[in-house]
Amino acid sequence: MAKVKSLAELKAMREKLQSNLDLREKSNNPDAMVQVKVAMATCGIAAGAKQVMEHMMEKADELKLAVVFTQTGCMGYCHAEPTIEVKVPGKDPIVFGHVDNKRADEILEKYVMNNELVEGIIPVNYEKID
Amino acid sequence: MTKIKTHVLCCGGTGCKASASDEIIATFERILKEKGLQDEVQVIRTGCFGFCEKGPIVKMLPDNTFYTQVKPTDVEKIVNEHIIKGRKVTDLLYLDPENKQHVSDSKHMGFYKKQLRIALRNCGFINPEDIDEYISRGGYEAIAKVLGEMTPQQVIDEITKSGLRGRGGAGFPTGVKWGLCAKNQADQKYVICNADEGDPGAFMDRSIMEGDPNSIIEAMAICGYAIGATKGLVYIRAEYPLAIHRLQVAIAQARDYGLLGDDILGSGFNFDIELRYGAGAFVCGEETALIHSMEGKRGEPTLKPPFPAVSGYMAKPSNVNNVETFANIPIIITKGADWFASIGSEKSKGTKVFALAGQINNVGLIEVPMGTTLRDIIYEIGGGIKGGRKFKAVQTGGPSGGCLTEKHLDTAIDYDSLMAAGSMMGSGGMVVMDDTSCMVAIAKFYLEFTCEESCGKCSPCRIGNKRMLEILTKITEGNGTMDDLQELRNLAAVIKDTALCGLGQTSPNPVLSTLDNFWDEYVEHVVDKKCRAGVCKKLMNYVIDKDKCIGCGKCAKNCPAEAISKTNYIAEGHKLPSMEIDTTKCIKCGACMSGCKFDAISIK
Repeated sequence: MAKVKSLAELKAMREKLQSNLDLREKSNNPDAMVQVKVAMATCGIAAGAKQVMEHMMEKADELKLAVVFTQTGCMGYCHAEPTIEVKVPGKDPIVFGHVDNKRADEILEKYVMNNELVEGIIPVNYEKID
Repeated sequence: MTKIKTHVLCCGGTGCKASASDEIIATFERILKEKGLQDEVQVIRTGCFGFCEKGPIVKMLPDNTFYTQVKPTDVEKIVNEHIIKGRKVTDLLYLDPENKQHVSDSKHMGFYKKQLRIALRNCGFINPEDIDEYISRGGYEAIAKVLGEMTPQQVIDEITKSGLRGRGGAGFPTGVKWGLCAKNQADQKYVICNADEGDPGAFMDRSIMEGDPNSIIEAMAICGYAIGATKGLVYIRAEYPLAIHRLQVAIAQARDYGLLGDDILGSGFNFDIELRYGAGAFVCGEETALIHSMEGKRGEPTLKPPFPAVSGYMAKPSNVNNVETFANIPIIITKGADWFASIGSEKSKGTKVFALAGQINNVGLIEVPMGTTLRDIIYEIGGGIKGGRKFKAVQTGGPSGGCLTEKHLDTAIDYDSLMAAGSMMGSGGMVVMDDTSCMVAIAKFYLEFTCEESCGKCSPCRIGNKRMLEILTKITEGNGTMDDLQELRNLAAVIKDTALCGLGQTSPNPVLSTLDNFWDEYVEHVVDKKCRAGVCKKLMNYVIDKDKCIGCGKCAKNCPAEAISKTNYIAEGHKLPSMEIDTTKCIKCGACMSGCKFDAISIK
């Protein structure tokens, strides 16, 4: 195995390795991050939620956004799958429907980064108990 | 490439391992593979989560779902429900004992809310057998900083400024200790890690070594640089096979990366670590005895001075620190002394790990800032007394410590407040007792331990403790006198003054503190010949309430000594005569009482 010979090398190594623990570090403090919940029930998966989630995760990395992605069960909007719920710290969660790769990019670039609302918002018609 | 979406952290500490956590991990890996999810879900064997009461623990990330008491047969359900469908497996979630609600997020559990994990920062978070995970959390950056930017004196000053005190129990300032050793010139010096954890019930050092072995290696190297030593030795008891294994793995990986060995990080500094195994003798936690044991001599203490800092292992200057102390070092270096000194109480900085045990709901390993009250620890983190019973006492500091009572519940605990209350920090064992514990029997238990573990070198400890134990035995058997109580105090005072080492000097503490705090109970044993907790068998009698007894005769059938027979008395409304116990035949096994469905039998 290659020896680490300096602080710079150690730091470079950390940088390279860090992404492996990213998911764990993020979940240490999820409330401070953008949380995206992807409805991943049968209907969601059939509508392509899995691919959209993959795509969105890559896009978030590309944009260097700190986002926690969670899979959840059916949210009840089977008519608008794939659906995702986006919670930006300090704001109420918003549910987006019919999310494809293009809309996913829009959500990240416009809503998450610039707070512009984009197409596809589903009015929230439920309350949650915690 | 598919991205990993879920991390499954599975506890691989000794406790959870004993409850089949290895099998759980293997099952996860098998089922995930069967379902083609091996690239999306990563299973990690971590160190201890501390919540040993409800082990084995499986924690799902990113949503922090905390599954308790998981069995290998539950794994399929977790995969199908949680991972595939995104639904929580409710019956495996932690059930809040107070409001009977399931808590899914570990951050909302009372057990974790008040904790601050510094020494345990990586335990239950990283895979201890993978140095890469330690490095990706900033590991080995402290040694890099020390070697690149600081002089040895600056390192010592930084540690002194942080206010870190020895976590082994006595609380000697760590920076000062390093400074003493650094002063002495020699061709060879040693850094010694005291991993001979011996207090009954304490297991924080084991958990740190099992959960985050690299932090100890890094800290020892930092210490080596500060005091001018190139050799490190870990004295660890052979009863800790998993901790030994993980340390060995970590040492080998650190050597591969060049983080141990010659010319570390290109600085010209050399440092390497070897393990030394102990046979598990309590006295070998005393630093001079520990050093003798490592040299292959008898594990017996010698008088100080000379201190190990002057003449230690192989008569060379040596610095001995405990595992938990070392675990704090890297983070003090990276985050700074001021950060560390901002946590804790006035004279005790940082946090302390405690092993909660006894009659408490959440048995486990916790870490809190110094100055947290006993009430917070017992009721908030510990979840209160088992079965809703009444709190009676808490024993801290193991065989060197003492018992604290209800009046100490709001004491902010640190080294000094515990000392003032007649106990001590010790290595952090905390045994909680309810009203079913007899304080005389507790004192006797600890003294039995000390007598067993005394090395026998000095007579106060060897003979004095034996005499004290005889008196305590006499009292618990109902033959004690008031003079005996005075004699206990006299003996205790002499042993404290004259014993050779820390073990002997502190061994009367459990007796003294119970005498101080539970005098009434001693008097009851001596004068009334009564044990209110019903623990001292010679002092109690099982009695049948003749009006409650319906005369079914089950107790008589259960009695192995044929001590129960019929009377002539038939209580009002009953058809059969009630039973009675012949106390001369009774062996006090309690079989009658546990079998009685009518609560007619009690202890008097």
